[in-house]
Amino acid sequence: MIDFVYLVPLLPLLGFTTLVLFGRRLGEPAAGWLATAAIGGSFLSAVLTFFGLRSLEGEERVVTKTLFEWVPVGDFSVDVAFLVDPLSVAMILFVTGIGTLIHLYSIGYMHGDENYSKFFLYLNLFTFSMLMLVLGNNLLLTFLGWEGVGACSYFLISFWFTDEANASAGKKAFVTNRVGDWGFMVATFLAFATVGSIDYLTLNGTASQMSTPVVTGIVLLLFVGAMGKSAQFPLYLWLPDAMAGPTPVSALIHAATMVTSGVYLLTRVNGLLYEVTERAGWATNLIAWVGVGTALFAATIAVAQNDIKKVLAYSTVSQLGYMILAVGVGAYVAAIFHMVMHAFFKALLFLGSGSVIHGMDNDQDMRRYGGLQKLMPITAGTFIIGWLAIAGVPPFAGFWSKDEILLGAWDSGGLNGKALWLVGLITALLTAFYMSRQVFMTFFGRYRYNDPDASEVDEAWSAYLADAEATSVSASAAAAETAQAHTDAIAAHAEASEAFSTAKIDAATVSGDDEESAKKAIEAADRALTSSAEAEVETKESSEAASAAATTASVALGDAQAAESARSGPALGEPDDAGEAASFLPEAVAARAEHHPHESPWHMTAPLVVLAGLSIVGGILNLPFTKGLHFLEQWLEPALAHEHVVNASAATKWILAFVAIAAGAVGILVAAQTYLQHRRDPALVERPILADAWGYDRVVSAFMGGPGTKLFDAIAWFDATIIDGMVNGVATTVRDGGSVVRRLQSGFVRSYALGISLGSVALLVWFFVRTAA
Amino acid sequence: MGELTHNYYLVLGAVVFSIGAVGLLVRRNPLVMFMCVELMLNAVNLTFVGLAWGLNDIGGQVAVFFVMVVAAAEVVVGLAIVVAIMRRRDGATSDDLSALRG
Amino acid sequence: MSLQVFTFLLAGVIVVSGAIGVVLSKNPVHAALFLIQTLFGVAVEFLVVEAHFLAAIQVIVYAGAIVILFLFVIMLLGVDRAEDMRVEPIIGQRPAAIVTGGALLGLLLAVIASSDSLTGGRSQKGALDATDQLGAPLPNVNQLAESIFTDYVFAFEVTGLLLTVAVVGAVVMARRIPGALQPLPRTALDASREAAAEAALSEAAEDAADDGVDVDSAGEV
Repeated sequence: MIDFVYLVPLLPLLGFTTLVLFGRRLGEPAAGWLATAAIGGSFLSAVLTFFGLRSLEGEERVVTKTLFEWVPVGDFSVDVAFLVDPLSVAMILFVTGIGTLIHLYSIGYMHGDENYSKFFLYLNLFTFSMLMLVLGNNLLLTFLGWEGVGACSYFLISFWFTDEANASAGKKAFVTNRVGDWGFMVATFLAFATVGSIDYLTLNGTASQMSTPVVTGIVLLLFVGAMGKSAQFPLYLWLPDAMAGPTPVSALIHAATMVTSGVYLLTRVNGLLYEVTERAGWATNLIAWVGVGTALFAATIAVAQNDIKKVLAYSTVSQLGYMILAVGVGAYVAAIFHMVMHAFFKALLFLGSGSVIHGMDNDQDMRRYGGLQKLMPITAGTFIIGWLAIAGVPPFAGFWSKDEILLGAWDSGGLNGKALWLVGLITALLTAFYMSRQVFMTFFGRYRYNDPDASEVDEAWSAYLADAEATSVSASAAAAETAQAHTDAIAAHAEASEAFSTAKIDAATVSGDDEESAKKAIEAADRALTSSAEAEVETKESSEAASAAATTASVALGDAQAAESARSGPALGEPDDAGEAASFLPEAVAARAEHHPHESPWHMTAPLVVLAGLSIVGGILNLPFTKGLHFLEQWLEPALAHEHVVNASAATKWILAFVAIAAGAVGILVAAQTYLQHRRDPALVERPILADAWGYDRVVSAFMGGPGTKLFDAIAWFDATIIDGMVNGVATTVRDGGSVVRRLQSGFVRSYALGISLGSVALLVWFFVRTAA
Repeated sequence: MGELTHNYYLVLGAVVFSIGAVGLLVRRNPLVMFMCVELMLNAVNLTFVGLAWGLNDIGGQVAVFFVMVVAAAEVVVGLAIVVAIMRRRDGATSDDLSALRG
Repeated sequence: MSLQVFTFLLAGVIVVSGAIGVVLSKNPVHAALFLIQTLFGVAVEFLVVEAHFLAAIQVIVYAGAIVILFLFVIMLLGVDRAEDMRVEPIIGQRPAAIVTGGALLGLLLAVIASSDSLTGGRSQKGALDATDQLGAPLPNVNQLAESIFTDYVFAFEVTGLLLTVAVVGAVVMARRIPGALQPLPRTALDASREAAAEAALSEAAEDAADDGVDVDSAGEV
C-alpha cells in the first residue's frame, strides 16, 4: 500500500495539467471541483500510504521509493525518490487534508472571479510542489519543491496583480525568499562537496563522521533557508505583506503548509542538528533564540494591528517562532505536533477571517466589525474555537502543543533554558491577549460597521463647517444688499418729493390750456411721492430682517467652530460624536449602512466546521499524561532518532502547565477588560511603534531604497562590466579575429584549392621528415 | 633500366598528379578544372595498379574500380552543376562564383 | 630494356604529354581530346601490369563515357571558346600554383626514392598469380569479380546507390526551371571587370576623338 505514495503528488500534478489545458473551458465551478477532487484523491492516497506504513514494524517504517535516477555524475547520483517515513507521511497527511478543505472553501470564496480556473491551477501546482518538498529523499528534490512553492506563492500573493500593492507584495515575498534560498543552495553545495551525498538518510547517518565546522555550516545554512520560508527574523518581512493574496491562499500557504517547510526541513535533518547540539551547542542555541525572539517580536506587533489578516499573519510568524524554538532545543516531536495543531487552528482562523471579510464586503478593518456573532453564527463559533486553541486554553489543540514546546525549552537545561521558557511564556500571554482582542473586536460588542471612522467624521465635520460658513457669508451679503436697497429707496423718495415741489411751482406759473396738463403732472408727482414713501418703509423692514439673519448665521458659525474645536478623543464607539454633522457623512458610510453582513455558503462553512472539530480534539494526538498517550511521538520515533528526552519531573510538568494556563488567562482577561468592558484605553497597548512593526520594515525599505540601491547598482555595474566584460571580451576577440581571418574566405574556389594543395605539401613534408628521422 | 618495378608507376603517378594539380590551380574554366581532377584521379589509379602488381594483390585493382565509379558519379553531378551555372551566366569562370566570400 | 619497360615508357610519354596538353590547351575541346589521349595511355599502362579488366573499363567508361559527357556539355552550352591564359585575376595564384605543384612532385619523388622495398601487408586471398584447381592461372576478370562480389560486396552495393543518387541529383539540378532564372549575384570581380571594360571603352573613345572619328561608332567596336 506504500506504493500509493506515488499517487500523492501525481494527482495534483494531473489536476494542474488538466487545468492548464482545459481550465478555461471547464470554467466555474467545474474547475474548482476538479482541483478539489485531485487534492482529495491525494489525501486518500496519503491515508492509504499511512496504513501501508503502519503495517510495517518500527525501523522498517523508513522506506525509499525510487522513481528514476535523475542526476548521475560519476560516483555522485541524485534520484527522483520519495522518502516515505512517519515524518513525511505525517506531513503529507496534513498538507493534503488541509489542502482539500481549503480547495473546497475556495470554490465558494473565489466565486465570480474572472481568473477562477487559474486560481485552482496555481493551488494544485502549489500542493504538488509542497508534496515534492516533503517527499523528496534528498536536498535537491526538496529544493525543487522548495522553489516550486516559492514561485506559486508569488503567483498567488499577486493573484490580483492589477493592483500595484498586490503585485509588489508578491515581489517582496519572492525576493525575500531568494535570500533564504541562497542558504539552502550553499548548504546543498557544502553537503555535496564534503559528504558527497545529499540524501537525507546518508546525511543523518554520517553526521557523526562529519567535521564540526561542516556539520555546523550545513545546519546554519539550512537554517537560513528555513528563516526565509518559515518567516523568521530578519526574513519574516514578506509574510505580513503576503496577506494581499486571496484569503484561501493566506490560509493554505501562509498558515498551514509552505511556511512550515522550514521547520520540516530542520526536523528532516535532525541527525545533523543533534550532532551540532553535541559539538557546537551555540548554533542550535542560536536557532532557539531566533525562534523565540521572533515569536515575541511578532506577538508584540500583532497587538496593535487593525487589519484582521495582519493580526493573523503576525500571529503566524510568532507561532512559527515557537516551532523553530522547539527545533532549536531538540524537541522535534513538539515542533511537528505544534506544526500540525497550528495548521488546524490557523487555517481555521484564516478561513474564518476570510468568511468574515467575505460577509463584510471585503472590508478587513477590525475597527468596523463588532457584534458579528449574531450575524454569522457558524463563522463566529468556529473562530472562537480557533481562538481558544491558539490562546492555549485547555483542552483545545494549541494548549497541548505549546505546552510541549515550553516544556522542551524549560528542560533544555540551565539558565538559558529557563530564559527561553520565560520569553516563550510572555509570548503565550501576548498571544492570548491579541487573539482575544481580535475576537472581541470582531464578534462581540456593538455592531459598528455603519459607524463612520475618524477620517470620515473629520470629513463630515469639515463639510458641516464649510456649509455653516457659507450660510453665514451669504446671509451677511444679503443683509448688506438690503441695506443698500434701503439707502437707494431714501434717495428715491427725496428725489420724488423734489420733483413734486418742482411740479407744483411749475403749475402755479402756467395758465390756460396748460393748466390741465400741469394738474396731471402734479397728480403723477404725488403718486410717485406716495410710492417712494412706501418703498422706503418696505426696504427698511427687509434690511432689518436681513441683518438679523446675518447675525444668526454668524452665531451659528461660531457655535459650529466651537463644537469642532471642542471635539476630541477617538470618534469610535460614540455614534453621537458625529452629532449634527451626521447628514454630511460621506456616501461610503451610507453604503455601509445599507450593507447587511451574511453567513457564507456551505462550501465555506463546512471546512470551518471540520477544522474547528480538529482544533478541539487535535491534542489527542500527543497527550502528555502517560507514555501510552504519546501517539505522535511513537509514530515519529523511527524518523527522529535524536528526540530530546524530557527529564523534568511530573510535578514540574504540572506546575509549568498551570503557569502557562495562568498566563493565557491573564491575557484573555486583560483583553476582555479593555475591549469588552472598555475599562482601559486601548491606546495604552496599541502603540504606534507596534503598529509600525517596530519600524523594522520601514528601515529595511529605506535602506533598500537608498544606500542599498547604490550597493546593488555597484554590484550590477560589477556584473555588467567585469563579469559580462569577460564574456563579451571573449566574444569580441573571436569576432575581431574572425574579421581578420575572414579575408581568407575570398570566395575563389581556386584559392581554396591552393590551400588544400599547400596542406598536402605540408603533410608530405611531415611524412618525409618523420620517415627520415 | 632493367626489369619493370612498381616504382615506375609511382613516379608516373606522381608526375601526372602534379600536372593535374597545377592545372586545377591555374585554369579558370570549370570544365577544364574537372578534367584536371580526372587527371589526378587517374594518377592515383596508376599508383594503385602499380602497387597491386608489386604486391601481387588484387585489392589495388578493386580500389581502382571503385575510384572509377566515384569519378563517374562526381562528373555527372559536377557537370550538372556547371550546366545550371552556365544557364544563368554564359561563359562563367570559377572565379565568377565567389558569392560565398566571407 | 625489356619489352615491358619499353611499352611502359612509350605509354608514359603519351600519358604525360596528354596531361600537359590538358593543362595548356586554351580551348576546352582540345583539352578534352588531350584527356582522351592520357586516358588511353593509362589504359595501356594497366595492360602492362595485367589489369585487363581495368584497362577495358578505362577505355569504355572513362574515354567512352566521361569524356564524351564533357564534350556534350561543352557543345551543349557552347562554351568552347578559348580561355585567355595571359591574365590571372587572382594575384599570385599562378606562381604559387607552380611552386606548389613543383614541391608536390619533388616531395612525392623523394618519398618514392626513399622507400625502395615494399613493406605493406598482403590480403588473405586474391594474389594476382592465383591459379585454379588445375593449376591454370585465373583470368584477371574472374579474380576481380570474386573479390568485388565477396569481400567488397557491401561497398559495391553502396556505389550502386551512389550512382543512382548522382543521376537523380544531376537530373534535378540540370532540369530547366520554368520562369525567369535567378541571376548570379554580382561579385567584386564583376565590378572590376566592368570598370576595366569601361576604361577600355573611354580609352578607345579618346583615341577615336584624337583620330577625329565619331565617338558612337567607336563605342560599337
